[in-house]
Amino acid sequence: MTAYIVRRLLMGLLVLLLVSILIFLFMRLLPGDPLYLFIDPTSVSQLTHEARQALMHQYGLDKSLPAQYFSWIGGVLHGDLGVSSSTNGESVNKVIASRIPTTFYLGTLAFVFGSVVGITLGTVCALRRGKWIDTVLTVIANIGITLPSFFAGILLIYIFTYKLGWLRPPLGYVSPFTNFGVNIRQIIMPVFVLSIFPIASLTRQSRSSMLEVIQQDYIRTAWAKGLRERLIVTRHVLKNGLIPVVTTMGLQVSLIFGGSVIVETVFNIPGMGRLMRDAVFGSDYQVAQAGVLIIAAVIVLANILVDISYGWFDPRIRYG
Amino acid sequence: MTTTTEISLGKTAVQYSEGRRILKVFFGRKLAVIGLVIIVLLIITAIAAPWLAPYNPYTTDVAHRLQSPSTQHLLGTDSIGRDILSRVIYGARTSLLVGLGAVGLATLVGQALGLIAGYFGGLVHHIIMRLIDALMAIPMILIAMILASVLGGGIRNVILALAVGMVSGHCRMMCAQVLSVKQNDYILAGRAVGMSNLRLMLSEIMPNAYSPLFIVITIGLGAAILAEASLSYLGIGIPITIPSWGGMVNDGQKYLFTNPIIAFAPGVAIMLTVFGFNMMGDGLRDALDPRLRGVI
Repeated sequence: MTAYIVRRLLMGLLVLLLVSILIFLFMRLLPGDPLYLFIDPTSVSQLTHEARQALMHQYGLDKSLPAQYFSWIGGVLHGDLGVSSSTNGESVNKVIASRIPTTFYLGTLAFVFGSVVGITLGTVCALRRGKWIDTVLTVIANIGITLPSFFAGILLIYIFTYKLGWLRPPLGYVSPFTNFGVNIRQIIMPVFVLSIFPIASLTRQSRSSMLEVIQQDYIRTAWAKGLRERLIVTRHVLKNGLIPVVTTMGLQVSLIFGGSVIVETVFNIPGMGRLMRDAVFGSDYQVAQAGVLIIAAVIVLANILVDISYGWFDPRIRYG
Repeated sequence: MTTTTEISLGKTAVQYSEGRRILKVFFGRKLAVIGLVIIVLLIITAIAAPWLAPYNPYTTDVAHRLQSPSTQHLLGTDSIGRDILSRVIYGARTSLLVGLGAVGLATLVGQALGLIAGYFGGLVHHIIMRLIDALMAIPMILIAMILASVLGGGIRNVILALAVGMVSGHCRMMCAQVLSVKQNDYILAGRAVGMSNLRLMLSEIMPNAYSPLFIVITIGLGAAILAEASLSYLGIGIPITIPSWGGMVNDGQKYLFTNPIIAFAPGVAIMLTVFGFNMMGDGLRDALDPRLRGVI
């Protein structure tokens, strides 16, 4: 087991190394002055020739590509993510550290809510296959996987804030430690929008996986020996049916991070997603490349946890 | 696909041509047919846009800006007086063009990489698949956003950016398929008669690994159109002058409480389109399911 975890962690590190190389190369596709990677274009155009040369030297742009990569990744490994080009030379560490808790907070809520609701609905569908509740939930799930999150957010704002007049807090975001009441009202809609896709896809996935389990002989045996439905569902159907669902849950982490870019933009929440959008929009490439690396690290770690959790669901799996 | 299969199941011998069986299963599903109808209408709209659109989608008319729906402008006008219906109709072109381009490119590159990784195995497989793992560790929308920004907007670069974001799925799928097809004896036979690697890959493995990818492409189109809309909504994809549904929703959000139709019309168009592709994909998956081959 320990050997397996160590091997998965090493593999994860290798993937992250490749992510860093990819994102470094993506950034070098930027046309025009290489200084654009570090300083915003308007300031670059005002530089004198000498100042330009000095800056090129300072950022190591006069060195070869591999040398530039190693100096960047060396800094990252020492905990220095670089300097933001748009926020008056603030360090990227500080910018990201101030944003990431918000996204973790919203994302975790969405992940838990989405998983619980999705798996519950999927199981209900499977147990009541062909009944009206199955039909209704399946259609809703099919709509859920097609609903663009920005449009869902706008629809919710229109219905709940404008038409019904509920949830009319000051738009934006207040930390839960500052004002818990306002925070709750502000995050209900974003968290719900973030969890729409997990709910819909997990409903579909767990429905089909539970349906397969229900047809197994051991479920018939459980019924035949007179076990109560609640026990059959929790002890037998769920435990076996969840194995493929767990794989889907691993993918949700990446989707929730992607979704946070959009949801935080719609609801004007200063989190990691909004930061990435603003960094890309404002050509703040130091923030963008560091942000991608951090997000990828979280996703890789989450997927390792998912892989390890397989053993709990399916004791037949041996970590070799 | 057109060969006649004869399989006896218990007492009844069912004879069905494969093509007819596929059609029968597909058209037996209400949602799949609804999806197909939506997609056909979408394609017609995109092709016939110049004849269907009542106005030029680029013409601004500031005197008649932010109008509510009326007989002159069925869906009203936007913030600089452009006819919304015409822009939604032309938006179908943008969505389809970007979707087809991105999925086409992603499928081509992804399949080629998956084919190579699966066929050669060993070190080649490791190198390609670890790169794909790296791409999968970044949310697709982030890859697309960053590439679109670095390359500079425009339809061609958005297609490229989305394709890079989607390559990983196609590559993984193909690789898994190839690994299983490769085990068949006819591959060994092909090698025995001296077929080259390339010929084996293209004429023996590809056709046998293809059918699930057909479904991936259909569903991929829905995903690509959704991603393009998201990029345009964020203001990073298609230039704002070109009619794109995501950009229109972004523009309409400012007038949500006074003129909700500006955001709602393109939003509904995106939903219908993605719904159509997804339902069609689901129907195709059931129809092409090899486990059902030979039976209805």
